[in-house]
Amino acid sequence: MAIAPEKIEVPAGSGAAHDDNFHNPPEKPSAQFHHDADEKTADLRHRDLIQSALGKYYVARAGKQSKFQNWGAARQAAAEVKWEAVGHLDKYLREFEDKISARGTKVFWASTEEEARDYIVGVIKDAGARRIIKSKTMTGEEIHLNAALEKEGFEVAESDLGEYIVQLREEAPYHFVFPAMHLSRGEISDLFKEKLGTAATDSPEELTMIAREVMREKYIAADVGISGGNFAIAETGMISITENEGNARLSVSLPKIHIAIMGIEKVLPKMSDLALFLPMLATAGAGQALTGYNTLLGGPKQPGEIDGPEEFHVVLLDNGRTKLLADPEQRDALSCIRCGACLNVCPIFKNVGGHTYGTTYQGPIGSVITPHFKEMQTWKHLSSASSLCGACTETCPVKIDLAHHLLQNRRNAAQQKPVWSEKWAMKGFAWFMNQPRLYRLALKLAPLAQAFHPLVKGRRLDPLYVWTAGREFPKVKRETFKDFWAKREK
Amino acid sequence: MIMKITLFIPCFVDSFYPQTGRAMVRIFEKLGHTLDYKPQLTCCGQPPFNAGYWDESRKVAVKVLDALGDAERVVIASGSCGAMLKVFYNELFKDTLREADARALGEKTFEFSDFLVNELGVTDIGAKFPHAVTWHDGCHGLRELGIKTEPRALLSNVEGLELREMGEAATCCGFGGLFSAKFPSISVAMGQVKTKSAVETDTKYIVSNDGSCLMHIQGVLDRERRGMKCLHLAEVLNQGW
Amino acid sequence: MPTTSSRETILSAIRRALAVPAPKPGHHAGESEPQQEPQFQNTFSILGQEAATSQKRTWLPPVGESWDAWADLFAANSLDLKTQWILCADEAELKTQLQRLRAENGWTKIGLHRGELTDLAAETLGLENFYVDDGYDAHQLEKCDAGITQCDALVAQTGSVLSTNQSAGGRVLSILPPHHVVIARREQLLPDLPAAFELMQEKYGDNYPSLMGFITGPSRTGDIERILVLGAHGPKKLTVLCV
Repeated sequence: MAIAPEKIEVPAGSGAAHDDNFHNPPEKPSAQFHHDADEKTADLRHRDLIQSALGKYYVARAGKQSKFQNWGAARQAAAEVKWEAVGHLDKYLREFEDKISARGTKVFWASTEEEARDYIVGVIKDAGARRIIKSKTMTGEEIHLNAALEKEGFEVAESDLGEYIVQLREEAPYHFVFPAMHLSRGEISDLFKEKLGTAATDSPEELTMIAREVMREKYIAADVGISGGNFAIAETGMISITENEGNARLSVSLPKIHIAIMGIEKVLPKMSDLALFLPMLATAGAGQALTGYNTLLGGPKQPGEIDGPEEFHVVLLDNGRTKLLADPEQRDALSCIRCGACLNVCPIFKNVGGHTYGTTYQGPIGSVITPHFKEMQTWKHLSSASSLCGACTETCPVKIDLAHHLLQNRRNAAQQKPVWSEKWAMKGFAWFMNQPRLYRLALKLAPLAQAFHPLVKGRRLDPLYVWTAGREFPKVKRETFKDFWAKREK
Repeated sequence: MIMKITLFIPCFVDSFYPQTGRAMVRIFEKLGHTLDYKPQLTCCGQPPFNAGYWDESRKVAVKVLDALGDAERVVIASGSCGAMLKVFYNELFKDTLREADARALGEKTFEFSDFLVNELGVTDIGAKFPHAVTWHDGCHGLRELGIKTEPRALLSNVEGLELREMGEAATCCGFGGLFSAKFPSISVAMGQVKTKSAVETDTKYIVSNDGSCLMHIQGVLDRERRGMKCLHLAEVLNQGW
Repeated sequence: MPTTSSRETILSAIRRALAVPAPKPGHHAGESEPQQEPQFQNTFSILGQEAATSQKRTWLPPVGESWDAWADLFAANSLDLKTQWILCADEAELKTQLQRLRAENGWTKIGLHRGELTDLAAETLGLENFYVDDGYDAHQLEKCDAGITQCDALVAQTGSVLSTNQSAGGRVLSILPPHHVVIARREQLLPDLPAAFELMQEKYGDNYPSLMGFITGPSRTGDIERILVLGAHGPKKLTVLCV
């Protein structure tokens, strides 16, 4: 044990300092969102990069989805399977626990992120282990696992290429399926050159091979592999991991200990349900018929088996999920399979990018669930930052009513703690709209007011500044429709 | 069959685009139907509804329920306000005394192109408009009300009109009501995605069935000095006869 | 102990939450008619196995009726996935193909497990063999030019190899060497994913291997600008020989 662990500083950049006070955020999440949104929408290079990367996804997804004989029926069935699972969550979780424990797996239930972190740190300490290889886990991001592991002096390597890149940059994943999609190959080459001392290249293949070489030795040397899990199968007591690179396969096979962490909502009743969910996740998430590796794990190395970990731990995390379960209106949000399709089609995401959200789960699903997982008043701005266009609801493979849930969050936030200026503005609006005479008088005066508008238009003094900073405002017509109708009736 | 059609003219059509309402009047008269309008109605209540202030929204919306209670058919020149009456009133008045009224109103309310094609069975008004145009699908009309083929069917029968679809036809223009004021930078960026895609079609007109989207798109086009003009579907169908 | 108490806390929170019923998915509050897609009488998951399988088959991508159609589909999917698919007329051709692969790829050392088809490969290739069956050193396995394995099945619908740590020489042989070569029998070609899950259930009953999985093409990533690169962490090449 002569070699000191590679020290990785606790991330402090704005991208990494996300989603709660674990890193002491520099400003209020809503202020940070507004600030970052202004910055990112003004960054045309960033917008082009994201929109061109997603352009490739749209083509691939449309191609694969059209191969289904009936995507609509498959979607409805997937929604109903998750509805069954979430609707009997206690039963299926207990069945899962019984089955997977019977084969030597340790199941730990964690109410909070602290409990989950403490358990994982404890397992690693008890084993006297130090080197950790991680395959992509958003639940791990949610509980800020890396920071906790690094604090203990463990050496932590993210093995998924995208995750490795953002780990080197000391920032949070940009998109929960495509963690490094905000970076161009040039930026990644510069990063590798700086951190790994490799030669500059503009070939994605060469860059991938650099990461491959770095990671190979780490898989073999690692004492502990940490993964997430895409599904937990109650019937057979297994977890299912979906990936493309093979890094999860290696991370759960070579080290002596495997720890998987997943949300309690990940359970599916039957193994054969995967015949539907695996291709749907791949199609919606990445435009693939099936991802490269879909692996079912039913325990540690069993008697007579050649290899595999001696210990297998599954951490089942609540961390706010039962709060969401208790809201029948939005319960279906627990059906989410984290495919990321709602981010990919979201016009807000496409223009502000992933880091702006400041959450583990970005995009529409993140805006819906974060206030439930954390706290409504601090995170309600995400539900307002939507034009309610419904592209998310339309694309969701398990039919989560995302756009309407954003509306419900807005209503719940206002009921729980109204913003008085908004409430009075809305009261005033409602009153005004119910005064036809006053309304008509205002419209008569408007053209006069608008004649003076050019004096201030587009400047801070302009009462319509929020509109006119980026757009022209239409002119009120001298003859409104009401005037026209009144004449017509005469 | 002659129908009695009650027009619902939203605030932005009344004040900014009254020509859209006039076009609807002329078209329905041509088709031989009787028209009615409730001048005391202006707003469907969507702004407070979308902001989360449902009590305030209901204050406006009950006036709509009251005024339109005895209407035979209600037709709206905006997919968004149409969705408010048809879809969101059901949520707004759920578990209230007016729940049944809201449902009844929703069932007899139609967006303009939906009404023409699916209720009246009309796809040809006899209009002429010798120009290339591109189409914008308003989100609420498209996704809440499922209107996609109807306006295209109507445009396909306009003499001389060539429809050139843009790549981003079904992408949100970024208006989103109060969203455009609360998050102006995002809203404008979305608008720019839309106008860029529209300009690529090399047409002079963007046509839609939602005036609120067109107001936003026109605002962005004018700021960018793109030289394109937004037209409501009713205005196009009102041409050449 | 936090374990017990958190378990009970979570389970009782779930039971309390579920005491309030929620609307069925696929349509939202206040909407009278469900959307166009069919509503199922029973939840699909709690249907009998046979009914569930036949329903799924009507939604998933079509696969054709005959073995030849499945083989054609596997070939087409392989092309898309950049899997090398070699259909051999007989064992003699399998041997020729293996020798060709050896020459083309310059193999000198191969990793493999004991099995009817892998033994045949070892005999045909006559290279330095690294068997994993009785345990192995991962560094040595990593130095092999290829890992040669058998499998449980091939799935035409997705061009996937279904294998377990029992059928394919453990968890690592198929993933650590830079080239994974799978040898399968013709009768192992299955039409679709539902058939693959049925096979696993029939074959293993309640005694599942600890790792089962679908391998679909060589290891891949799109993490840099969504551009496809093969050989991210696992094999850069995947060859499927079917005899």
